[in-house]
Amino acid sequence: MSSYQWNWQIFMQDTGAGETYLHWMMSAWGWTLSVAALGWVVALIFGSLIGVLRTVPNKGLQMFGNAWVELFRNIPVLVQVFLWYHVLPELIPVLKTAVPGFLLVVFALGFFTSARVAEQVRAGIQSLPRGQMMAGSAMGLTVPQTYRYVILPMAFRIILPPLTSEAMNIVKNSSVAFAVSIAEMIQFAMQAQEETSRGIEIYMGVTGLYIVSAFAVNRLMAFIEARVRLPGYVGGGK
Amino acid sequence: MNHLDFSVYSFDLFRSYVLSGLAFSLELTAIAMVGGILIGTVLAMMRLSGIKLLEVPARIYVDGLRSIPLVMVILWVYLLIPLFLGKPIGKEISAIITFTIFEAAYYSEIMRAGIQSIPRGQVFAGQAIGLTYGQNMRHVILPQAFRNMLPVLLTQTIVLFQDTSLVYAIGAYDLLHGFEVLGKNYGRPVETYIGAAVVYFVICFSLSAVVKRLQKKIAIIR
Repeated sequence: MSSYQWNWQIFMQDTGAGETYLHWMMSAWGWTLSVAALGWVVALIFGSLIGVLRTVPNKGLQMFGNAWVELFRNIPVLVQVFLWYHVLPELIPVLKTAVPGFLLVVFALGFFTSARVAEQVRAGIQSLPRGQMMAGSAMGLTVPQTYRYVILPMAFRIILPPLTSEAMNIVKNSSVAFAVSIAEMIQFAMQAQEETSRGIEIYMGVTGLYIVSAFAVNRLMAFIEARVRLPGYVGGGK
Repeated sequence: MNHLDFSVYSFDLFRSYVLSGLAFSLELTAIAMVGGILIGTVLAMMRLSGIKLLEVPARIYVDGLRSIPLVMVILWVYLLIPLFLGKPIGKEISAIITFTIFEAAYYSEIMRAGIQSIPRGQVFAGQAIGLTYGQNMRHVILPQAFRNMLPVLLTQTIVLFQDTSLVYAIGAYDLLHGFEVLGKNYGRPVETYIGAAVVYFVICFSLSAVVKRLQKKIAIIR
């Protein structure tokens, strides 16, 4: 291995499509981040909703929430991507033309991650003292109002650290989109490796960008955590 | 809309396409679990040893692997091992190597939490009766840490089993691949993707039910 001839010029080489491999890699990075970011939005919306459902005083809603989590947690993410991309459009033909494949993958990733977010939201809500809920009712708030103004603002602050790791996970999990021809970084790595036979340099570039992405998400969440911190509350410091 | 037709699942076809894939997925899970826990425990002990020379490499290994996608690691190993050996290796062997070194990083974090969950008094007690660091770990700390961490280790193994589907990236013949080939050969990809989802779900759901019961059992004894 010590005699390996590095060739970093490869990134400046033309792909034959009027752009360099560096350009291609950067656009692939954009796809990775877009799939992850949009998937994260889907995951937060559905995860919060399902997490709340699992804590409300209604057996039917609780069961629906539990079923949701078990369904999306016990099927591998790659299989879920195939279900959204290959199976769903066959069952609902309008999806074939009306919805781009990219969005189907976003939903696949988002729903998969929503189960994990829901689990965190439920844990966060249940970690609050029961008195919080009762205080809400005592003040005459309805159940939705209590969640909106009392429970959720505190629960979300508590679960920010585990949500940070879920946000980093969705960036990594977005890599499964390669299997349905989304032009993200793994797809780039595989194709560029094949075309150039410069796998080591190509893989190093992609690996570096994944590490940078994970770090950036981590810092972004830390920034949010600092911004929403309340003095005197959980982890609020002084 | 085409009507779903599950007649592709005759016993013979299921056995020849799917079962061999399932066997490999289980084999991969088992080897990576045992290897991953062994290497992971060593890594955890290195990180908690208080010796910089051991701590730093272990931390770089664990944090490094945990910040990149498994698919990337699968591609790396499949590319690098033949370069080192000077000859190509099978996809299945490559997958086994990948999953063992990758899962070691995750198991090591679990073991680290497990070791840290043991009260300091246990460590001091071991030292007081004259055990060396290794003996103390072997006879006092690790048995308790394993016990406390058993549910989490098993949950990680369920995640590992799901992740074995990612060998798709190098085309190794696992459970998902078996379903896919069956679907392609008989023109029924929709039915076989649904079948794959059902089989994965049943296996993972039952295993996590077992883990939940185990968790309750352990919680009562403690």
